[in-house]
Amino acid sequence: MTPPGAPSDRSPDADPTTGAPMTDQRSPLHDEHVALGAALTSFAGWQMPLRYTSDLAEHTAVRTAAGLFDLSHMGEIDVTGPDAGAFLDRALVGDLTALRVLGARYTMVVQEDGGVVDDLVVYRTAADAYLVVANASNHDVVLATLRERAHGTGLDVTVTDRSAATALVAVQGPRALAVVEALPGLTAGPGTPGDVTPATLRYYACLPMRFDGLPVLVARTGYTGEDGFEFFVDAAGAPGLWRALLAAGADHGIVPAGLSARDSLRLEAGMPLYGNELDRTTTPHDAGLGRVVRLDKVDADGAPLPFVGRDALAARAQSAPARVLVGLQGLGRRAARHGYDVVASTRPDAPVVGTVTSGAPSPTLGHPVAMAYVTPEVSAEGRELAVDVRGRREPVRVVPLPFYRRPR
Amino acid sequence: MAAELPTTLQYTAEHEWVDAASPVTVGITAVAADALGDIVFVELPAAGDDVQAGAVIGEIESTKSVSELFSPVTGTVVEVNQAVVDDPSLVNTDPYGAGWLLRVEVTANGPLLSAEEYGALNP
Repeated sequence: MTPPGAPSDRSPDADPTTGAPMTDQRSPLHDEHVALGAALTSFAGWQMPLRYTSDLAEHTAVRTAAGLFDLSHMGEIDVTGPDAGAFLDRALVGDLTALRVLGARYTMVVQEDGGVVDDLVVYRTAADAYLVVANASNHDVVLATLRERAHGTGLDVTVTDRSAATALVAVQGPRALAVVEALPGLTAGPGTPGDVTPATLRYYACLPMRFDGLPVLVARTGYTGEDGFEFFVDAAGAPGLWRALLAAGADHGIVPAGLSARDSLRLEAGMPLYGNELDRTTTPHDAGLGRVVRLDKVDADGAPLPFVGRDALAARAQSAPARVLVGLQGLGRRAARHGYDVVASTRPDAPVVGTVTSGAPSPTLGHPVAMAYVTPEVSAEGRELAVDVRGRREPVRVVPLPFYRRPR
Repeated sequence: MAAELPTTLQYTAEHEWVDAASPVTVGITAVAADALGDIVFVELPAAGDDVQAGAVIGEIESTKSVSELFSPVTGTVVEVNQAVVDDPSLVNTDPYGAGWLLRVEVTANGPLLSAEEYGALNP
């Protein structure tokens, strides 16, 4: 058999150790991953850890204890100035002037026709300062889009790319708070409100702190469906923070976790992945995320605020959808994968009714799970369908998303 | 890597191994199992099926991906490992032992490599 990811030819442009393209960027934590024995993979032009030990063990650790993720490949873009909020209201679909200081918001940037360019988390660090976090695969296009949309508006806003200088490390799992509270060197800084600590930090909020004297933005956000904290820190400070988190978490069962576990965790949590559930041919509404589009946002005078994609999305919000994103519970043993057909039944003549966007075995639930776009007629909860798994029709059932919710 | 490869086995470039018994036992190597990650499903032919050296005879599926299983030999399948069908993780934990996949009554071999040759291809 041919193992996945094995380079079929050892190209002279490949790193002789890893086989990765020589043009791949390296995380500031690269040496840590190598020392931990990670299997590295090329992802969005970065060499990132796919797994350290076992996908299942890392996934399970996040659901039961804590996992430590290197997300330094993601893009961090500062949007600052007196008109930063007003600019983002016009450039993105969400209401960013309404976001409180030290809050965070999941939002999207779309094209004029409403197609999604990227999904984002935006953190408001001050009245006139926002941090926009983009997917690694869309960093360049999001940066260019924000710059283009700021140009010629007369708004007093500056867009600054901080990605290369910024590392991002995430602790996710039910023991995440215990790990963070055990972290020596994490202290309040000049910008830390006196009454907020990691323990009291609300979900989708952020807190400027210090780690060993270095500024760090601590956010209670994540992509796993568990409690967790994300740390934005200068790249030079990343190795110290990474090692300190592993040490602080040793008694709590922390393990380093790679991109494979990250994908199976977010799938169980029903979270979209750009390139799978979201792309330029999908609107936020198609993915069941119409709530992020704030058609009701107004400008300083209270007038409806024109934002890129507004007209197309207003029309989309009123119209019957051509397709619906659903969750599919696998009733057989084989997992459907991205791109597989959804069919009306296991009969060989059953017609195609949709396409799988993401799919994998669910370690937590013990059966395959998938997300798929299907025609509205077959999208009702409980509807029994099938997926074509490489020629075999496996039965599935439409279930609500998410597949997994953490116990509260 | 060659030092960890059982020298009593022979190997294919596609990461299968065969032993020297009759009928032969067939499996996949630790190199393949490690690259796949956690194996969650193994699809094998049935006892009585004829197989051809170099042809696809099944699939090995991990959490992340699926790889085809090629037959290293030509002949007739006499047994498949039900323990691996029931618990695919055996291929990860013991690829040369309890993780064996199938047994074949061989009429002809495909191209086979020694442990040293396979190890040289997979440092």
